[in-house]
Amino acid sequence: MDEILEILEGLDLDVDFETCDTLVDDGILASLDIVSIIAELSEEFDITIPARDIVPENFNSAEAMYAMVRRLMDE
Amino acid sequence: MLFTSYGFIAFLIVLFALYYLIPKRFQWILLLIADAIFYYCAGWQGLVFMAATVIVAWASTNLMGKSLAQQKAYLSSPSGKELSREERKAFKKEKEKYRKRIFILALVLDLGILAALKYTNFLINNVNSLFSAKLAGVDWVLPLGISFYTFQTVSYIIDVYWEKVEAEKNIFRVALFTSFFPLLIQGPISRYGELTETLFAEHKADFKQISFGLQRILWGYFKKLVIADRLLVAVTTLCGDPATYTGAYVFLGAMFYAAELYADFTGGIDITIGIAQVLGVKVQENFIRPYFSRNIAEYWRRWHISMGTWFKDYIFYPLSVAPWLLKLSKKARKSISDGFGRKLSVYVSTIITWFLTGLWHGAAWNFVVWGLLNAVFILAGEEYKPVATRFRTKHERLVGSFGYRIFETLRTFLLVSSFRILDCYRDVAVSFKAFFSVFTDFNWGSAFGNLLNIGLTAGDYLVAGIGVVMMFTVSCVQEKHGEVRELIWQRKLLPYVLFTLLTIGILIFGAYGVGYDSAQFIYNQF
Amino acid sequence: MTKTKSKVHILAIVCVLIFVAAAVWLLGKLLQPKYMSGVLEGAMTAEYYEETTNHDVIFIGDCEVYENFSPVTMWEEYGITSYIRGSAQQLIWQSYYLLEEAFELDSPKVVVYNVQAMKYSEPQSEAYNRMTIDGMPLSSHKVGAIKASMTEDEDFISYLIPLLRYHDRWNEISSEDFKYMFSRDSVTVSGYLMRSDVKPMGKLPSAPVLEDYTIGDTCWEYLDKIRELCDENGATLILIKSPSQWPYWYEEWDEQICDYAEKYGIDYLNMLPLTEEIGIDWETDTYDAGLHLNVYGAEKLGHWFGGILCSEYGLEDHRGDSELAAAWGEKCDAYHALYDAQQAELEEYGYLKSWTLGDKA
Repeated sequence: MDEILEILEGLDLDVDFETCDTLVDDGILASLDIVSIIAELSEEFDITIPARDIVPENFNSAEAMYAMVRRLMDE
Repeated sequence: MLFTSYGFIAFLIVLFALYYLIPKRFQWILLLIADAIFYYCAGWQGLVFMAATVIVAWASTNLMGKSLAQQKAYLSSPSGKELSREERKAFKKEKEKYRKRIFILALVLDLGILAALKYTNFLINNVNSLFSAKLAGVDWVLPLGISFYTFQTVSYIIDVYWEKVEAEKNIFRVALFTSFFPLLIQGPISRYGELTETLFAEHKADFKQISFGLQRILWGYFKKLVIADRLLVAVTTLCGDPATYTGAYVFLGAMFYAAELYADFTGGIDITIGIAQVLGVKVQENFIRPYFSRNIAEYWRRWHISMGTWFKDYIFYPLSVAPWLLKLSKKARKSISDGFGRKLSVYVSTIITWFLTGLWHGAAWNFVVWGLLNAVFILAGEEYKPVATRFRTKHERLVGSFGYRIFETLRTFLLVSSFRILDCYRDVAVSFKAFFSVFTDFNWGSAFGNLLNIGLTAGDYLVAGIGVVMMFTVSCVQEKHGEVRELIWQRKLLPYVLFTLLTIGILIFGAYGVGYDSAQFIYNQF
Repeated sequence: MTKTKSKVHILAIVCVLIFVAAAVWLLGKLLQPKYMSGVLEGAMTAEYYEETTNHDVIFIGDCEVYENFSPVTMWEEYGITSYIRGSAQQLIWQSYYLLEEAFELDSPKVVVYNVQAMKYSEPQSEAYNRMTIDGMPLSSHKVGAIKASMTEDEDFISYLIPLLRYHDRWNEISSEDFKYMFSRDSVTVSGYLMRSDVKPMGKLPSAPVLEDYTIGDTCWEYLDKIRELCDENGATLILIKSPSQWPYWYEEWDEQICDYAEKYGIDYLNMLPLTEEIGIDWETDTYDAGLHLNVYGAEKLGHWFGGILCSEYGLEDHRGDSELAAAWGEKCDAYHALYDAQQAELEEYGYLKSWTLGDKA
């Protein structure tokens, strides 16, 4: 979880990533940001995130991203 | 049958009446019949291609759905549960492989029809000019709305493959999703999951919804007939003769085109969504006042949204996580620099996505260049972000001011209007020449003196001007208070008054029908 | 929604519908071209319905009838009651439907059709269609005429709802449009559109060579229908070719008409070779160098043709009938007043200011 927050803070956006759960829905994360997050997550956790998982629900909060990463590591 | 033909209006009236008179469980079938009639009017050949697309979508999704169901059933059956983790994985992988094969075949078939019909000539022309060959072009008619319905079905096939939606077993429902007539001409490119929730449902006549739908249809016709089709005359004149109309004319043309395109496109979408609303079908919005955007990236989140999200979800994201691209980016991080490698995948996917977006708009280089220009500016904006952030923190008061907002909005508007010159002139070299002439030919005086000689009368300017002010006002109200129709609805009889005035306004001031040309009436004896 | 509330809504909807319909009707009236000055031809069709007395002769056809025959002369000299249901570039199917309608309102003994328009076997021009058809009240005749006449990009409905066609005129609306919204002045006398200016005939261009001289099937079809219609109504059909020198009337066409006339035992009168007998002087009797006759020519032709109608078709002299004499007395007065007014303008301006677009003089 901390790794994920670190990645998000690195984006230099003006938002509290720990509490916000509408990152995509409110347009805080643009598609370009999402792609760089994906790249970072893939590297950090050594997973491949398939295209089908790139949906708003998986990126709306740090919590959701964490859940997705856990699931993908499991598979 | 165009939206603006008398036949279409009659078609709508009959459809609306029948829709609420027949038993509700037949409503979706009536819609399918209406689609067939609508499509048949545009030429029966189109029906063949559409039928092919529907069959491919239906067959492929059902095969994939069946395979997935088998997989799930087996894994949860007693014998499946006995398998080891590895064995389960292997079984899944095998099934997935089978689905992938079907999926790719379906995409090739569906996109193949589109590509063959739309891009063969483009390819031939390019081969001809590259190798100075003399291949003859083909004379295939592009079926109505093929770009839109193909994209819609492709998204459905992908969504089934991604297990986001379940495969529809009834082929006629797949056909209705593919051919829903209001969406055929200019979208919005709707997703199966969202659209079919209401498309297949049974609908009771809801007075408020029907009234809202009709209001929206009317507003759409107003934008299209009173503003867009009127300004079109001037746009055609200016773009039709780029050698004469340089400098200030190019600027004027770009402004007219910005208004014309907006009124035409959003007007058409208003008619589309309005028709759907009368039928009780919910269609996603395609525009959120795009000209109020403060940068290009935001503009593309607010203009032709359904196309933008389609390219984002089905091209941009899959590309950016494509193994080959990730590998490439890893290599670049090692061999060139860490920062470059990180950005590489974003860059490559952005550029490819916009290349394809350009190509989708039309099979010509001007559209490709247009797409790439967008990509360049979006990426430049991304690069510029740190500088912008520093600027923002340093000049917080300035940045927060209304004036700065206007500045950003205008800047974005001028930028997208400039890109669109490529769309006006349909030729890359001519477009760039026209664009640069704005800065070299200072013919503002003569251009403004000539305003009445480019196909519009003073009365036309007045009507178009009032129309644009009306559109702008409505947009401002929407931006501030949300749904305008709700505000009107609370004022008792105001909806009726506005409905009447708008109808009469369109009938008088709409640029439709055989243009009255008094010169034609001069009794010509010869 | 409560019951009273839904009643209010239904009432409001009905009001909207009525209001919109009324506005569409009124605006259509306002924006329709009135043809009261300049191009007068568009007003001619509607004038026929103002007629109060019966006509023994009905002319149908294009400018070669309504410019070339003077019904007043035929009345004054022979007591023949006639009306010219002419209109600009009246195509044969339009002639047919106008005649069909005329038989409902009138009982002519003789129908005169000028064959010049038989060179067109397809719809020609939206503007001329409008000038011929817009003046007709809604009837099966009008519907038939519209359907037969529409060019490719015309819409049927815009003939029924004039606003759909003429809405663009909001830009050029004038006081004339308000003045003549509900009633118009007559521009003709018994269908005759008078021109009293003179432009002598010069050298006519040579006739262009055509690819095909066959008169189209549609034309024959409608000529059959006209013939049958006359038979049914006990009227004698006379085919004529008016003595206008241009557009050129080809020998080949003439032969085809002659054959037709012979086949069905109809009289066909080609007046082109008869101009000397009629007494037309191409120096003084045409207002546009031989295309149309002016009032002097029309009176000569009326005199000559009236004589034929009397002697060969046995038309009655109605001058003794007091009702008809009264109606025709008014026509004669209007005719002479019109002549005087045109003379006055010719003297003042050197051309007919109120009866032309001005640039033709």
